[in-house]
Amino acid sequence: MAANEKLNPVDVLSEIEAKFEMFQILNEKGEIVNEDMDPKLSDEELVELMTRMVWTRVLDERSTALNRQGRLGFYAPTAGQEASQIASHYALSKGDYVLPGYRDVPQLIWHGLPLTQAFLFSRGHYKGNQFPEGVNALSPQIIIGAQYVQTAGAALGIKKRGKDNVAITYTGDGGTSQGDFYEGINFAGAFNAPAIFVIQNNNYAISTPRELQSKAKTLAQKAVAAGIPGILVDGMDPLAVYKVTKDARDRAVAGEGPTLIEALCYRFGPHTMAGDDPTRYRTSDEDSDWEKKDPIVRFRTYLEGKKLWSKDKEDEIIEQAKADVKAAIKEADATDKQTVTELMDLMYDVKPSNLE
Amino acid sequence: MAQMTMIQAITNAMATELKNDENVLLFGEDIGVNGGVFRATEGLQEEFGVDRVFDTPLAESGIVSLGLGLTLENYRPIVEIQFFGFLFEAMDGIAGQIARHRVRSGASKSTPIVIRAPFGGGVNTPELHADSLEGLMAQTPGLRVVIPSNPTDAKGLLISAIRSNDPVIFLEHMKLYRSFREDVPEEEYEVEIGKASVKQEGSDVTLIAYGAMVQESMKAAEELAKENISAEVIDLRTVSPVDYETLIESVKKTNRAVVIQEAQRQAGVAANVVSELSERAILHLEAPIKRVTAPDTVYPFTQAESVWLPNKDDIIERAKEVLDF
Repeated sequence: MAANEKLNPVDVLSEIEAKFEMFQILNEKGEIVNEDMDPKLSDEELVELMTRMVWTRVLDERSTALNRQGRLGFYAPTAGQEASQIASHYALSKGDYVLPGYRDVPQLIWHGLPLTQAFLFSRGHYKGNQFPEGVNALSPQIIIGAQYVQTAGAALGIKKRGKDNVAITYTGDGGTSQGDFYEGINFAGAFNAPAIFVIQNNNYAISTPRELQSKAKTLAQKAVAAGIPGILVDGMDPLAVYKVTKDARDRAVAGEGPTLIEALCYRFGPHTMAGDDPTRYRTSDEDSDWEKKDPIVRFRTYLEGKKLWSKDKEDEIIEQAKADVKAAIKEADATDKQTVTELMDLMYDVKPSNLE
Repeated sequence: MAQMTMIQAITNAMATELKNDENVLLFGEDIGVNGGVFRATEGLQEEFGVDRVFDTPLAESGIVSLGLGLTLENYRPIVEIQFFGFLFEAMDGIAGQIARHRVRSGASKSTPIVIRAPFGGGVNTPELHADSLEGLMAQTPGLRVVIPSNPTDAKGLLISAIRSNDPVIFLEHMKLYRSFREDVPEEEYEVEIGKASVKQEGSDVTLIAYGAMVQESMKAAEELAKENISAEVIDLRTVSPVDYETLIESVKKTNRAVVIQEAQRQAGVAANVVSELSERAILHLEAPIKRVTAPDTVYPFTQAESVWLPNKDDIIERAKEVLDF
């Protein structure tokens, strides 16, 4: 019997990978390198976006310190991810739904969650999760991937109600290995639902480097498996992140379905404050390389060039953020302690006999 | 009144609520144009449209989580899992998410979701179709777990489940789908979740059962009656929470009890029932409470079902042990 010819499976990897080049608008020096794609935010909007990013950086510094003092509980540092978190959120409308992961507390705050409640979430108090009416969001999801499948449902709900809104969700690079990640983007695709799926690829899932998650060259290309558009963006570039999120939102609201966004970013701090030590798996060279890409540094340079930002302005924001944190912690301290009775009352709409 | 099988009663309940409340949605694998693999959703897409009754991709985690997401826009999803053996794919979605959704939002959100799924042995299904996994659900705070044993209860319990603002797991025994018909009211009515039903009054021993084991218990009671043993048969109907008041009242009268389940001894809810009755009714008991269960093995290969599944003879034997104690 003659030997068979070797079958050539369809291999379009190199073609696909070539399509996922990193999209950037503002380079590390704060220069516009992609004028055509500049979202052309107004001066006020640019200042507001910078204000939020600086405020969020201070929140991270203070949260880390408060955690060390034992005045906060669970905390996943965010420094470095301000562009991917804040600029993506800045592209949303109030009525949009945010389904965050555990590191995505800043988006919730800017969506309307009072800071006091964010701190109560960290400490482990149910009042931290009682979102005010009109804050369309769920509390931070601990089960990695669950927020993705839920987002497909939230987006389908929006579509069925005929609203001009979207549901946005976030996971990390490690999270793209979960089944729920694929199911989420695939369901949203099959139902053509208005969802935005953001991957914040900060290169590490605790200590496991990105390369160990997948042989895929980009995470954005995983969109291909769902038959939906995907885009790789410089997650340290606020203008680029804003632009891709805004475009994804426009497409979703126009009935064109979901988008997967991979934002390349970095977390300067540890995975969480629960004893993770990044020096065990990251080099200081790596840290300093990424520090040069700091989204706040490049955006500051850009805005100073446009005479929209100054050291005084920044100091004012920093002081405001510190004052906000102080007031919120004080308010959190004054919140009544929880009781078992309260917990039992929260469980069901109609209490079953075993809780009576 | 109309003569209905249990599956017709289930279809009737869903049609009733799809009509009553435009927020009710029905979805799962092959439940639309196909009408479901057991015809439970037959005709519903035709009547209510593809916006209300629709098929999904084949992914159980995605399906139940789609339900959770839809509640954010105040929809009331009835979610079908094709066979409850596929629960494991959806375990986080149900136990890790849906069951906790209300409490983790500090009661600022509600979870009006019904998860329907067929289960149960005796109909020669392939692997992981017939497993009794209600015990896993009953161990999960935040859920109610309902298992009807007849068409009338099935309709009333399902309507109650759909109207509940809390999540309900509604398990439908495959052997009971078409095994008998009975008169079911055509109008809408509710059967209260969490309430057992005394199927037959008796004075010598209480037989506590649910699902397909209710019929087996009724058959056992009939045979025991021929030997002048009067068995009281109680159908739990809801296995979480269990209606202990009704059980205790019965045990006070009969002073003896047997708890019967199709699930393995280490699974199901029988151990819960025994321990609660021991704590709350020990002074009324003349004998230890015994259990009729399946052996602690994996659910059997099809051809071994008949020797593995508990039946009326096991119940009679155990009842006599309790009486002779």
